[in-house]
Amino acid sequence: MIRYLAKRAAWSLLILIGVSAITFAINFVIPSDPVALIAARSATKADRDRLRHELWLDRPVIVQYGHYMAGVLQGDLGRSYKRKTQVGEQIMARLPATLVLMVAAIAFELLIGLPAGLFAARRRGSNADKTAMTLSFIGVSAPQFVTGLILFYIFAYWLSWLPSGGYGAANVILPAVTLGIAGGGWYSRMMRSSMVDVLRQDYIRTARAKGLDERSVLFVHAFRNAVLPIIAMIGLDVGIFMSGVVVVESVYGWPGIGQLMWQAIQDRDIPIIMGVTLTAAIFIVLGNLLADLIAPLIDPRIRLR
Amino acid sequence: MKRLLLSAVAALALIAAVPALADSPKQGGAAVVTFNNDLTTLDPAIGYDWQNWSVIKSIFDGLMDYEPGSTKLRPDLAESYTISDDGQTYTFKLRDGLKFHNGRAVTSADVKYSLERAVSPATQSPGGSYFGAIKGYDELVAGKAKDLSGVTAPDDKTVVIALTRPDATFLHLMAINFGFVVPKEEVEKYGADFGKHPVGTGAFKFIEWTPGQKLELERFADYHTKGVPYLDKLTFEFGQDPTVNVLRLKKGEVDIVGDGIPPAQFNEIMKDASTRDLVAVGDQLHTGYVTLNVKIPPLDNVKVRQAINMAINKDRIVRIINNRGVAATQPLPPAMPGYDTAQKGYAFDPEEAKKLLTEAGFGDGFSTELYAMNVDPNPRIAQAIQQDLAAVGIKAEIKSLAQAEVITAGGAGQGVPMIWSGGMAWIADFPDPANFYYGILGCGGAVEGGWNWSKYCNESLDQRANQADTMVTAEQASARAEAWKGIFNDVLKDAPWAPIFNEKRFTFHSQRLGGDATLFTDPIHIPVNYDYIFAKDKQ
Repeated sequence: MIRYLAKRAAWSLLILIGVSAITFAINFVIPSDPVALIAARSATKADRDRLRHELWLDRPVIVQYGHYMAGVLQGDLGRSYKRKTQVGEQIMARLPATLVLMVAAIAFELLIGLPAGLFAARRRGSNADKTAMTLSFIGVSAPQFVTGLILFYIFAYWLSWLPSGGYGAANVILPAVTLGIAGGGWYSRMMRSSMVDVLRQDYIRTARAKGLDERSVLFVHAFRNAVLPIIAMIGLDVGIFMSGVVVVESVYGWPGIGQLMWQAIQDRDIPIIMGVTLTAAIFIVLGNLLADLIAPLIDPRIRLR
Repeated sequence: MKRLLLSAVAALALIAAVPALADSPKQGGAAVVTFNNDLTTLDPAIGYDWQNWSVIKSIFDGLMDYEPGSTKLRPDLAESYTISDDGQTYTFKLRDGLKFHNGRAVTSADVKYSLERAVSPATQSPGGSYFGAIKGYDELVAGKAKDLSGVTAPDDKTVVIALTRPDATFLHLMAINFGFVVPKEEVEKYGADFGKHPVGTGAFKFIEWTPGQKLELERFADYHTKGVPYLDKLTFEFGQDPTVNVLRLKKGEVDIVGDGIPPAQFNEIMKDASTRDLVAVGDQLHTGYVTLNVKIPPLDNVKVRQAINMAINKDRIVRIINNRGVAATQPLPPAMPGYDTAQKGYAFDPEEAKKLLTEAGFGDGFSTELYAMNVDPNPRIAQAIQQDLAAVGIKAEIKSLAQAEVITAGGAGQGVPMIWSGGMAWIADFPDPANFYYGILGCGGAVEGGWNWSKYCNESLDQRANQADTMVTAEQASARAEAWKGIFNDVLKDAPWAPIFNEKRFTFHSQRLGGDATLFTDPIHIPVNYDYIFAKDKQ
């Protein structure tokens, strides 16, 4: 187990270095000059060159990358081109919001996904099953930007049930639902097929044959087994949500790292783009690790090597 | 002879200019302004976009400013100023009793420090170059000097600034944010993080900034103009799309949609009388244009460029932007000094355009490229231009890219054939025709990384421009405006641009807020002059 963890940690580190190198390179492949966006429009070529020098942008890319990584290894993510403030500080100020949103979204998707799947599996082939599965299909396929705006319009503007934006306990509901709807649809489909599989097993027939009431067959015997593969999926959601938050945070004004990233991309603020990408990558790596660690706990047939 | 300008004169002019101020509103109340993007910084030496500017202008002051809602210069931290006869030395007298938000008195040494901080390369200010005419600039940026030798403070209330050449735009430069006065002790305390802990002399005092959420400002009780600002509290909320914020304003949750009205909601708001009355409309110092690269054939032929000017139906494009502007006749916008009301520009005339193309030897047309920023409505405008050009035989392929990519492509060595400027250029940094010339039409801008995307470089026009800018005195102002008028009329003949429209500003604000419409569409404090608007419920 310890050897496994050490191996995984080493791999994770390699992945993070790879991510940093690729992101850094992409910033230079895109034909856009950060200095053109920073310098005042009255700036002369000499002014721009001076700014370029102050920001290290006149060095070869490999030197810039080395300089950047040397900082990162000392825990310094650099300073933003446009804001001049510490990137690490900017990210830490916003990370809690993103994590709160993520936890709320995961809770929501399980809350709708699992019961819907259970219900559909129990009444397989019925109209209720078809309706549930159609809705889940819509949930999976609807773009988050559209879902977000529709939910906003109905619940915040038209009905005024929920706050329209900002940061707080009630405010997290709409963005979490927007983010969770796709996952909820996905989980309901997985739960349904997993449940259908389990309900076909011999031990379920045995349970029924020995006269257990349907409720305990369903919830004690079937559900516990059917839900295991799904729990392992939650770790992967962390990665999926990291990309989804960019859109959802901008619809609801949720002050997380997605919003920071969106603005930094428009500004070509490379230190922030790098910092947020690395932070997201760390969470994705951790999420995957979590998924792998949970798997053997719930199914002893899986062993970590 | 020295000329003396008293702030009392300016104050009288101000009362005449803005009727809403005559019956001086009572102080009190609060307003909530929304922006989609968080602010990047509140450091006046660093902030360089319109969204930061209006907030920075409320927290900080410069020696000069403008009368609210107008483009007329007036002294601000300065009480008065004199200009030497050769136009190269400016002497400013500071107002009495000026205080920073931290309570310390402002002295002339602070003015000197602030200018030097903006110019010093270590500050990484994007706008230090605005002060290039000050004596000692070259030495400071080269690291050969520690201060600007041209800026001296003979006593606590006097600042003398010596220039290397007469510069008619200099007073405007003293009103631009980069030279706003900052207290040295606070800058040294926070270093590069000063932008998160701003301390100035302005009408509003900084309270708190929660990244991505909101910024809170409070009325500064010791502000130099008594009775101003009118609002007690100003809150900026960040993060939400303007589409969402328009709905929030209708619900009464917010007071000003800082980003403006999104195209999709514009007609709906203007159709409904109850919301239309809440929209302030005003001019801004903006021209939208197509750059025609004079170095790339066949656009190097002046007849081809003139033909393109005639081929584009500007009125149709104005309709595309919901009539939120007027068709442009020349590079300068109507609100700018030097605008020529007699100049009618190139009328829409496809037949004449075809004739010119035939004369130029392109009767069968040609193929070229039109770059545009990929945010609505710019791709739609580019398509309209594309259709108009196709009608005279010019096949323009549209390259719709992110802002940063278009700016980089336009500034590159050879540049690209045509660029629609929408979303990128040009709103004046300060209200003077010079600001519409050097960077975007002069030889200095036609370099690698410059903003002169036409790569147009006319040495004789550059000379005339420099000559015009030596006319510093008030008596020369009209002669100078005439000179600039002539320069821009000659630019138009050479047709390095096809001017398309001059945008107007439409600001949607709540019923609760009062103030002249010019304050809600201030050409300098974009979008709104927060210092002079007031809360109706407190009157």
